Amino acid sequence: MTSPQTTTAPKTAVRAAPAKPVSPRRGGKWRYAGTVAVFLLPSAIPLMLYTIIPMLGSLWTSLHEWDLITDMHWVGLGNYAELLSDPQTLTAFGNTLYFIAGYLPLVYAGGLGLALLLNRAMRGRSLLRGIYFLPVITSWVVVALMWKWLLNPASGLVNWALGLVGISGPGWWTDPDWAMPSVILASAWKDLGFVMVILLAGLQAIPKEYQEAALVDGASAWQRFRRITLPLLSPSTFFVVVISLINGFQVFDQVRIMAGGNAQVVVTQIYDLTFRYGRAGMASALSWLLFAFVLIVTAVQIRAQRRWVTYG
Amino acid sequence: MGRAKLGRVSRYLLVTLGAAVMLFPFAWAVITSLTPGDAVLAVPPDFTPDGAGLDAYRKLMETLPFWRILLNSVWIGVASTVLQLLTSAMAAYAFARLPFPGRGALFSVYLATLMMPLPVLVVPLFIEMRTLGLVDTYFALLAPTIASAFGVFLLRQAINQVPKEFDEAAVLDGAGHFRIFLYIVLPLIRPALATFAIFGFMASWNSYLWPLIIIKSPEFMTLPLGLATLHGQFTTEWDVVMAGSVISVVPILILYVFAQKHVIASVAQTGLK
Repeated sequence: MTSPQTTTAPKTAVRAAPAKPVSPRRGGKWRYAGTVAVFLLPSAIPLMLYTIIPMLGSLWTSLHEWDLITDMHWVGLGNYAELLSDPQTLTAFGNTLYFIAGYLPLVYAGGLGLALLLNRAMRGRSLLRGIYFLPVITSWVVVALMWKWLLNPASGLVNWALGLVGISGPGWWTDPDWAMPSVILASAWKDLGFVMVILLAGLQAIPKEYQEAALVDGASAWQRFRRITLPLLSPSTFFVVVISLINGFQVFDQVRIMAGGNAQVVVTQIYDLTFRYGRAGMASALSWLLFAFVLIVTAVQIRAQRRWVTYG
Repeated sequence: MGRAKLGRVSRYLLVTLGAAVMLFPFAWAVITSLTPGDAVLAVPPDFTPDGAGLDAYRKLMETLPFWRILLNSVWIGVASTVLQLLTSAMAAYAFARLPFPGRGALFSVYLATLMMPLPVLVVPLFIEMRTLGLVDTYFALLAPTIASAFGVFLLRQAINQVPKEFDEAAVLDGAGHFRIFLYIVLPLIRPALATFAIFGFMASWNSYLWPLIIIKSPEFMTLPLGLATLHGQFTTEWDVVMAGSVISVVPILILYVFAQKHVIASVAQTGLK
């Protein structure tokens, strides 16, 4: 295609035209091609090599049986069919949902409680906020190890403290029934400060007049919370829910370190399929199932937000 | 009245209790790391153990090249942050300021890569690195973090807020795009660059899944992987494991103390941690 005249170029280009350095000899749409290439290639090449090619590679691999060593065998959608009928897939997805179902209410309730407590002028507020936020910046590996030690069944501090009040603590991460609750507890502890910060920002955006007007009308604290704070906080709540679900479906670090083999979620399953069982094709198929699942859940939430999220 | 005071006192009590719950695991990690090995598993726990010392730290250094691992984490974190800032800011400038055919479509491709979860990418990325003979190298550790579609998105938003009149004035003064980018746009989007730098450094510093897959030798490990490996070797020697945890928290803690407000704001703003 031949380049049209400069008249069709966007406005800024026309205005910029008189200056010497930015007006190359060639006119038209492609006049900035060289500059654009210099600005874009440093990100475009790595994105191509380390995101787009692996992504396509993953799709291709998911259609094969492959142990990472011998030749690939084409199986079409066989991996997907096998996954969908495999009870282990169901367990992995079930455990992932179990994690989210335990983690999200806990971290939301805790984060909301803290945000409400800190949402007024008080001495030491920024220090407190900094302390609550500390676990957020700590790496998952450290948090998982600290909690694994606290929740050590025989010599951990938590079971010792429970023993003081006459409760015989559970086996925590050593017990398949308690492994997931252990992970949930540590995860909620770590992310509490994150949720608090998001909700605090939401609370501070609520105009004070609403609360004052309700107070004048004689509304109780609970009524004000239920009818004013919660609805006006719903955009922040929505954000927390969406982010938590996206991250929750990809949970890996804490499950692998704390629970070992006692709780299998989708991503630990992907890891094991690849590096333990030599089934890279199956693992790739599972990662695409996960991706599809996350996309659907997120899309559903965005559609459903109209029903419960109040803006303004 | 008394009731209002009671409310205030109980509020303080609650937030202090909460802060204690947040701090305690860290404090306990420090105490455990200083406890002599044979006293760690004692029941009831000894909060002020006799013979407290740095034995666990010495053992840690004998087991893994921990200083080197710490240094790896630092330089990989810095390199990955600087590279991401540079490549993202440049791309953001192109998307915000340079008209070219297919700009919208290309930007959509960038955004689409943002949606790919890491678990989808790690297996084929491992295969790619293996094919290129790059398993167990610094390069493999760094490569996937050179570019960030998220950074491009964030910084493009920031550049769009810079009034175009500023560049136009510079154009009249004879400045080219590289000079506008370096001397006008970059200084004006400094807050967004700082936000993204914090995010990028934290992501690299805390990354575990990718190093776990691509790194085998201790000399190329970063802290999270080194710690996890340590845990695998010393399942019961919690003093050593906690010593490693303490060492890996300290550098980020120092950064945090100085940049606390900015760190919290940037995490809240990007919604990522």
